[in-house]
Amino acid sequence: MTDDIASMTLKLAQDPASLVFLPLAESLRKRGQLDAALTVAARGAARYPELADAHDLVARIQSDRGAGDDAFDAWTSVLRLVPDHLGAHKGLAFLSYRTGDLGRSVKHLTRALELAPTDTSLAGAIERLRTLMATRAESVNPPEADRIPVTPEADRGRPATEQTPTLLFDQQGRVMQGTLARADGVDASDAVAAALAGVSREAERATRLLDLGEWRAIAIESGAVNYELRTPTPETLLLVMRGREVPAGRLARIADRAVERARQWLEDIV
Amino acid sequence: MTSREQTVLDDVTRIGGVRSALLVSADDGLVVAESSVEGQHTEAAAAFAARLAQRLTVLTRTLQTPPMSMLLLQASGGQLFITQGGEGLLFVAITSNDVNIGEVRLALLDAAGRIA
Repeated sequence: MTDDIASMTLKLAQDPASLVFLPLAESLRKRGQLDAALTVAARGAARYPELADAHDLVARIQSDRGAGDDAFDAWTSVLRLVPDHLGAHKGLAFLSYRTGDLGRSVKHLTRALELAPTDTSLAGAIERLRTLMATRAESVNPPEADRIPVTPEADRGRPATEQTPTLLFDQQGRVMQGTLARADGVDASDAVAAALAGVSREAERATRLLDLGEWRAIAIESGAVNYELRTPTPETLLLVMRGREVPAGRLARIADRAVERARQWLEDIV
Repeated sequence: MTSREQTVLDDVTRIGGVRSALLVSADDGLVVAESSVEGQHTEAAAAFAARLAQRLTVLTRTLQTPPMSMLLLQASGGQLFITQGGEGLLFVAITSNDVNIGEVRLALLDAAGRIA
């Protein structure tokens, strides 16, 4: 294997346009040399932007590195080039499963099974996911539209219009302060933090590509609830939520104050 | 892309300060239709919008609140609006910071209603 890698590396050095970058990066990936594999694959993908297998290889390496967002980008590029790429559908199914989006995972697996109908492992995976989704659906109350989740302890006793559930978490999805609960009172803080971890990096990348400068806030309307997402520090995210009766402009001011409190708290604990 | 979709997008970009309006596939972040008044990296906006919408679907499902109806990302050099655009579609608008937020918001909701 090592000889093969050396041989392929030499070949690529002699001819940078060679497609040998594909087996070379794959070999490096299998050996666990992920950074080197990524360098080789990314250069190849840049040289051959229309080569779906190059983007697929980048995606698999990024997935192995735990860089789900980058893997998502690469597999999306694959589907842009080859909508029926089996590996991309499998990969996106895996990423969706990892982020908890089981419905999307089933969707990609179903497409993969259509493309590879004899692959019994895909059928089994779909069945397991559907069972898991059914179990989850039974374990929680059905969603009731326009219900505002319960308030954190600090807000108890205040009028409803003054309650501000707030959650501070880091970029790795770990809760640092605050609580957010579902409508039925079950603590959902960890799940929310996990769902939104990485948003800041994605927003940074998108605003950079769009030449929009530094992102400051994300305001979200969701039925009777409004959310505001901020980044008090480069390492943290803050989610504030209020009922729809609080206008967006006022929620932005509330979020401003929450950001200041979060920054102060972060300074105090250092 | 139909002429109706293009007309709807063109109506949005007629609003002062709107640089681009896109119709995006929510599943894979691909641009379905677009109307841009100046050069924009619209593929990046589409991919980001789809990813963000997917994350927010998890958020709203987790908190048992209704799905996202409108999102506004504010940055130092502009803004990005996202709204649901019918079955499996997202409407995305990229604007400058001096745009009338309320006008763009209503235009996108109206556009979504016309496409759905």
